[in-house]
Amino acid sequence: MKHILTSLLLLGFITTKAQVTISGRVTDNKNKPLPGTSIQLKDSYDGATTDSSGNYTFVTEEKGEHFLQVTTSGYFAVVQKIVIGTTSMVQNISLKEQITELKAVVITAGSFEASDKNKGAVLNSLDIVTTPSANGDVTSAFKTLPGTQQVGESEGLFVRGGAATEAKIYMDGNLVNNFFYSSTPGIATRGRFNPFLFKGTIFSTGGYSALYGQALSSALILESTDLPERSQADLGISVVGVGGGIQHLAKNKKSSWGISYNHTNLWLGLKINKFKQDFFTVPVYNQLDANFRIKTKNGGFIKYYFYISGNKTAFSSPDIDSAVLKDAFHLKNLNTYQNINWKDRIGNGWKINTGVSFSTNKDDILNELQDASGKKVTIETPEYFAAKNYSVENKAGYAQARLVLEKKFAGLSALRFGSDYFYSDEKTTYTSYDGQKFTEKVIDKIFAGFAETDVYITNSLAAKIGSRIEHSAVINKWNIAPRLSLAYKFPDNSQASFAYGIFYQNPERRLLPAIASIDYSKATHYILQYSKQSKDHTFRIEVFYKKYNRLYKTDFNNFGQEVAANTLGYGDAKGIEFFWRDKKTFKNVDYWISYSYLDTKRDYLNFPSSIQPSFAASHTASFVFKRFILPWKTGFNLSYNFATGRPYYRIAYNNTQNKFDITDMGKTINYNSMSVSINYIPSLGKKDTKSFTVWVLGINNVLGQNQVYTYNYSYDGSRKEAVTPPSKRFVFIGCFLSFGIDRTQDAINNNL
Amino acid sequence: MKKLSFFTVLLLLSVCSFAQSEKYVAAMKKNLAGMDSSFRNPADLVKLANSFERIATAEKTEWLPYYYAAFCQVNAGFMEQDKTKTDGIADKANELIKKADSLAPNNSEISCIKSMIASCHMMVNPQERWQQYGAESSSNMEAAMKQDPANPRPYFLKGQGLKYTPEQFGGGCATAKPQLQIALEKYNIFKPASEIHPDWGKQIVEKLISDCK
Repeated sequence: MKHILTSLLLLGFITTKAQVTISGRVTDNKNKPLPGTSIQLKDSYDGATTDSSGNYTFVTEEKGEHFLQVTTSGYFAVVQKIVIGTTSMVQNISLKEQITELKAVVITAGSFEASDKNKGAVLNSLDIVTTPSANGDVTSAFKTLPGTQQVGESEGLFVRGGAATEAKIYMDGNLVNNFFYSSTPGIATRGRFNPFLFKGTIFSTGGYSALYGQALSSALILESTDLPERSQADLGISVVGVGGGIQHLAKNKKSSWGISYNHTNLWLGLKINKFKQDFFTVPVYNQLDANFRIKTKNGGFIKYYFYISGNKTAFSSPDIDSAVLKDAFHLKNLNTYQNINWKDRIGNGWKINTGVSFSTNKDDILNELQDASGKKVTIETPEYFAAKNYSVENKAGYAQARLVLEKKFAGLSALRFGSDYFYSDEKTTYTSYDGQKFTEKVIDKIFAGFAETDVYITNSLAAKIGSRIEHSAVINKWNIAPRLSLAYKFPDNSQASFAYGIFYQNPERRLLPAIASIDYSKATHYILQYSKQSKDHTFRIEVFYKKYNRLYKTDFNNFGQEVAANTLGYGDAKGIEFFWRDKKTFKNVDYWISYSYLDTKRDYLNFPSSIQPSFAASHTASFVFKRFILPWKTGFNLSYNFATGRPYYRIAYNNTQNKFDITDMGKTINYNSMSVSINYIPSLGKKDTKSFTVWVLGINNVLGQNQVYTYNYSYDGSRKEAVTPPSKRFVFIGCFLSFGIDRTQDAINNNL
Repeated sequence: MKKLSFFTVLLLLSVCSFAQSEKYVAAMKKNLAGMDSSFRNPADLVKLANSFERIATAEKTEWLPYYYAAFCQVNAGFMEQDKTKTDGIADKANELIKKADSLAPNNSEISCIKSMIASCHMMVNPQERWQQYGAESSSNMEAAMKQDPANPRPYFLKGQGLKYTPEQFGGGCATAKPQLQIALEKYNIFKPASEIHPDWGKQIVEKLISDCK
């Protein structure tokens, strides 16, 4: 017994003596060494890690057939069969690179992303609320990026020579109609939604994905937040109103609900800031929203969002056609929006993203000619005076259903396809001064089908190829819109991207119903971009060419209303844009600079020929500066927006020649505006505080620079009047509180 | 005779398995001995992490080698100067600690590493990431305290975090020192379960406390 044991042990002793050296070099397929690669003789402790030149060496006592496993992050692991004999052996191994999100090129031509997570994002979610000229408005922060115009007389994004109607806004995939509060003459309204609702935003200035359509110029794609980090109550008080809300996160952190209410009342704002218009009825906005979000067991989400808002405003301004009279504009609006969305993994690499949205909108507009004392005046002749007394009732309902399926393949490649169906019912009743009513109803049903594929050939080369088909009941034709983007990453991590696409759009509501049968307007985009992005710097240069075909030309219908008459309009836009953001060079300072050059002309609506539209400036630039001074617990933000003068025209109908003519034109002065904001966070760093307070002071156009957006002409053209911002400066003071666990505490605990 | 041979086999088997675990402990000890010197640079830490990982994959049922492999990886992540590489290293550490977690669920030491991994991700861009990773780091730290109140390491991590947080954010010596002292008290009475169980951090705590004098 002892004997056997001893001999066995002895045998083991002898075996340990017979060691074999295994060595070699690990490289990628371009023969570049891969340091830090792990080599292991499977099921043994034996192995090594490659050095800086990719070499490894180790000794083993194992014999016979074994497997050598070679792994390093970002590369496919290799398992190689080897037979260990008695002499040392050399095993050189080549690994194939995996396509990973961390390394892969990002297709960025034509798009800016605001996100806290995604690579390639240009802004983060906080930038939207800390850019002073944006005033906490979701879309306004994007006006400091290249490609957009500094239009202040009306709301919306004017992108690369496109009108605001050419930019559409989507929330969780569904189109949001009436994203902005209803238009008021000469005053741009704000977006309805709170910027904190969204965790990520993609602002496309062209060449956007086949998943979206019906926008000739631009798509703003908003993605709502997932679950809140914790239960929390918020309260805000400012010169423009009060608001509050709660977000409740379930104990198991799988679901949440929230409700918030905002009451905006410009009474105090009107006292502090001097307005050009006389707001004889103080604008009041009431807004309620509610949501619930459920995290599914596969990590997906079901999200529901409900919004209702009612508001009224009325103001008067001097009537341009008379010396003594006033134009009084009244607006009442009731808007609802709801959206339910389900996004999930459904196995085998498939993902589903489906949702429905419903929205209603009702505007009651009343315009009156008033005398100095505010009494209604009716003048029947001349006719254009009579037309100043009118009322309009707009009633609209929208519904949308959407389904997108996605299949992920190895190495980031993916296929997406789906369809959406959009139903709109819009009714307008116009009542003229003498009580005559004109009612028009437009119902449209737009069906769209789309497919798109992401192809990653290597980590440095990727393509997105897609196409969209659409059918609109109003136009009663099919269209096919191909889209293509390519991106290539250079060895120094800079990248070039290209985007091409065809985009179609229906006429906007006010041009309908058309006099004759019409087709879709069409835009073709070509975009070339070079960008270099690191953690601290972003540099982009983009050139683009956009061709417009079949833009709508207008003419008068039987009621004297100017509507779409044909699609003989056309135009183009070309330009070059720069963007530079730097978070490093100056300590604690973060700034960005945008510059856009735009050369655009178009013949559409009532334009007599192809001209530069009045919403397009040739040169636009923005500078945004942010600095947080920690000892003061205060952030200082500044933005400066500049644009060269925009053209303006008096286009009048020539009754003798039966056509529109330009009878006068000019160019506005350059636009300059500097805005500042200060955020003071007193509870920053205080231990055990249960509330988190932010004080905000913001001043728009702090230098009081003269700004002229455009000119309005009197009916006979003898007088023109500058359209300027409603107030020269706007001062905003507010205090926002969050109750719950102080969020700064987490930062403290973990800020290593 | 039959009986005898049966016993022999049994005996041999037990000798083998004893030898096996001895080999395991010896390999672990050898690696642990090289721990301090590996902290010179990330490459050496990765080398050591790989060595632990080899033991882990060969043993299959031991959580400690996965734990140490993750520990070395996450420290390599903290030391890495090229911030574009940090996330990849932290992801690797996470992969390893998940395996340790499946072998030894609800382990306070493992929660400490998870907290460190979240902090490592956060370090890449603290301003933009603290909301997500800050919360993840502190929740794991709290879990670690709960899972084993005697474990000094979550207190050490908390104190260390505070020490390197700017005073304006409520960090610095004033707030860090009490935490570090709690950690030190716990270190003084802490006994690792074996020679190869986690027993690190005391010296750093002492140094941090002396820095705060």
